[in-house]
Parts: sequence; C-alpha cells; structure tokens
Amino acid sequence: MSNVSFDSLSVGDEIPAVNKPAISRHTLALYCGGSGDHNPIHVDSDFAKAAGMPDVFAHGMLSMAYLGQALTGWVPQSALRAYGVRFASITWVGNEISCTGTVIEKFEEEGEKRVRLEVKAADQECDVKLIGEAVVALD
Amino acid sequence: MIDRSFIGHKSEALTVAVEPFQLRLFAKAVGETNPIYLEEGAAKAAGYRNMLAPPTFANALSLSKPDPFGDFAGMGVELAKILHGEQKFVYFAPICAGDTITLQDEITDIYDKKDGAMEFMVSETTVTNQDGELVGKMTSVLVQRH
Repeated sequence: MSNVSFDSLSVGDEIPAVNKPAISRHTLALYCGGSGDHNPIHVDSDFAKAAGMPDVFAHGMLSMAYLGQALTGWVPQSALRAYGVRFASITWVGNEISCTGTVIEKFEEEGEKRVRLEVKAADQECDVKLIGEAVVALD
Repeated sequence: MIDRSFIGHKSEALTVAVEPFQLRLFAKAVGETNPIYLEEGAAKAAGYRNMLAPPTFANALSLSKPDPFGDFAGMGVELAKILHGEQKFVYFAPICAGDTITLQDEITDIYDKKDGAMEFMVSETTVTNQDGELVGKMTSVLVQRH
C-alpha cells in the first residue's frame, strides 16, 4: 500500500519535510471558511487587539493540517492510525511553517507492523508551534 | 470560570453531509494539491469511494453547524480567551465526499492550573458514518487564559 516499507525504516529516520509559505491573512480567511472555525480572533485584527493580542494569529488546526501533509505525503492516508499534537506556541500571521517527522519506535500492534513518529511544526526562527506523535501501519 | 458541572455533558449529536465544496475550500486553505483530496476521479482511481477528507477534516465537520461556539457563553467559556491546547485523532476508516457523518461530543474533564489562571476543557468526539461504522475518534483540549 505504500512505497515505504516497515523493514526499510530505522528509529531516527526522518520523513520528507513539508515547508509552507508565509501564512497570509488571506490564508486565515480561507481556513476560517473551510474549517468552520469562525472565531474572529483569527481574521479580525480589531477583535484580536481588543482581546489583548498584537494581531490575528493562525488557527492551531491550520498548522495541524500542514503537519498532516508531511504524513500523507510520505505514506497513503489509509496507513495513518493516530495523529495527535500539543499546540506549544501561537502561530502568527507571517510565520513560515516547516513540518518534520522522525521515526521513534517500531512495533507490532493489533496484528499490524506500525511505526511511531515524533512530528513537529516550527516557524522560520525554529520556534516550535506543534509537537506530537503519529502512528502509521506499514507492510 | 468554566462551569465544572459540564463534565460528562454530551452535546446533541450532529449529523452533517461531507460536501465536495467544503473539501475543496479546506484543501485550498491548507495548500493541499494532491488530486485525491480535490477530484472524484483521482480519488476513485486511488481506491476511495470519492474525494478523501484530509486527516484533520473531522474537526471541521464538528464545527459545521450554525453556531458551533453557541454553548460556550452558558458554560463560562469566552472566545477571546481560548486557545487550542491539544488535538488528537484516531482513525478507523476514511471519510469521503458523499458520506453522512455523525459526531457526538462529550466533555470528559474540566480542570485548572496555576490557581485558576489557566483552565482546561477536554472533549472527546466519536465520528460515525452513514453505515453506523465508527470511522474515528477525536480528543480536543481547549485552554482558557485569565
């Protein structure tokens, strides 16, 4: 199901990174509509400033979608068993997000060969925005 | 303060259609260009029933109601003060365009740290398709800062 095989992977291997262009206000507006998350704090700078923030900031789920593309660009989405993150810091408009993943465990579970990855999204200053884990099943 | 009596509260189940229009807008927003997420033909050629929903799309489905944050005010949650703390998905089967998905949320915990300066609300959601098949689960942690 995938060109990536369980046997070919070792703990410490990195998956191909995904590097995204700077997050624009236009991107935030599209994600507001596409995701159904209409919280004005992500698109209305007047609202964001009234809430004490310097400007609008990205939906955490936008970066989580970016990071998911590092996984689905590497193996078919059907191989994905679990994917979770902690939102470590705020992603601001203008940030350029890079998404990376590293194999941290190989194991068998529920009759499948699986690998666990540490996944991470960081901005152009290497400030970590999301950190988490994903589990994929491989042949 | 978030009203702790909402621990264990189950929202009314939400049933939504997976619309090609929303999948395409979501894909555009996140810069997804793989045609299995954008075109029925490419998705079918890849073995899916129809255009595939990306891994985090169930979260968007959970917000596909007229006023997704409508319950917050009555619970003591303020939109201007919340951040997304954590999000997790577990996957059992794909979600595709044309599916009808039912989401059921339950608030499983509400707690605070730093003497109430930060409050946390944990929700767990089951995601079921039109055949009654459990296709996934989501866990979300929202943080309210004071």
